[in-house]
Amino acid sequence: MKKLCFILSVFALSVIALNAQPIAVGETAPSFTLKNIDGTTVALSDYANEKGVFVIFSCNPCPYVQAYEERMIRLHQEFAPQGIPVVLINPNDPVSQPADSFDEMKKRAAERNYPFPYLADDVQQIYPAYGASRTPEVFLLKNKGDGSFVVTYTGTIDDNYQNESAVEEHYAANAARSLLDGKDPDPSTTKAIGCGIKAKK
Amino acid sequence: MNKILFLFVQRKESQHKNQIESKMKILIPFCFGVSFLLITSFFSSHDTKDDNTVMVMNFEQLRPLLQKNNDTVYLINFWATWCAPCVKEIPYFEQLGEKYRDKKIKIVMVSLDFPNQLHTKLIPFIKKEEMRNEVILLDDPRSNRWIPLVDEAWTGAIPATLIYGNGFRKFYQKEFTFEELAETILPLLSD
Repeated sequence: MKKLCFILSVFALSVIALNAQPIAVGETAPSFTLKNIDGTTVALSDYANEKGVFVIFSCNPCPYVQAYEERMIRLHQEFAPQGIPVVLINPNDPVSQPADSFDEMKKRAAERNYPFPYLADDVQQIYPAYGASRTPEVFLLKNKGDGSFVVTYTGTIDDNYQNESAVEEHYAANAARSLLDGKDPDPSTTKAIGCGIKAKK
Repeated sequence: MNKILFLFVQRKESQHKNQIESKMKILIPFCFGVSFLLITSFFSSHDTKDDNTVMVMNFEQLRPLLQKNNDTVYLINFWATWCAPCVKEIPYFEQLGEKYRDKKIKIVMVSLDFPNQLHTKLIPFIKKEEMRNEVILLDDPRSNRWIPLVDEAWTGAIPATLIYGNGFRKFYQKEFTFEELAETILPLLSD
């Protein structure tokens, strides 16, 4: 009986832990209004005139983010002129991870010449709404034209973080092209190793 | 007659000498080869056993470790030196390995560090932390292919731990405390 209790409680714990799944493709994207590093605030509704938005949960110190930083910038450079800009949201609690403080975010963005907004989700309400669990994690949102956005792709940028020249599948770029062509991305969900989001204690 | 005998013996000797020489020609490289093998095997066993350094493998090579079917409980932890919560729970896995040393339990720490940082980051880290659990460096960038094969529910965030054995199998995308680990393991251990 004791054994059963243990197993059940372990099971209960694991269910809670496994809750963090990304919002399903086809669902309405949660809106947000967050503080940008330039002192302004940026809202999802600001993109009402775009065809879509790449919302990427990102941060400063994660090596996987750093491996993809240049590729995030190029994604923006390629697709912003076509109506799908990139916006970065830093979901980490700066208290548990000081390297993600607002000042450090400003520094990183300046050093790397971020061409996109870099927003702080320091209240940590947006990343749970998206079901994001790691950085970097990409959500491609499609503008429905009625003031709402729908999720069309969740996952990673491509299939090789180590070596860009060995990439075979440009998942995020392909998803954007599908969106522009009026098609559903295939695959619409991918997985990748990333840094777990640091939640407030 | 004596002269003939002498010649014969001389010829025999020179034949013998030739044989030895030709044998030596084979033997010397052979000896070198054997000693080379001995030395390398000594160093490689020294590496894995004493220094507890790292095996590097891709997912196909790692995969059998995720589905053993015997009376051992397996804890497969996915971590990296750059992942703060992973680093925090490493001592708990070490304590667990130490505490249940006599039990049928196998802890494997699968590092997702960048392969080009094996010698600059991972091995120095293992030495500094005095990690005794086995460490494997998973060098397989196609994570979208293999993450679901570890567990369908895994989003790819670390730390993450697979615990299985004795009819139990559960995947945890979370950070453990020592108490949680011990509570999970204890009912699974056979005496």
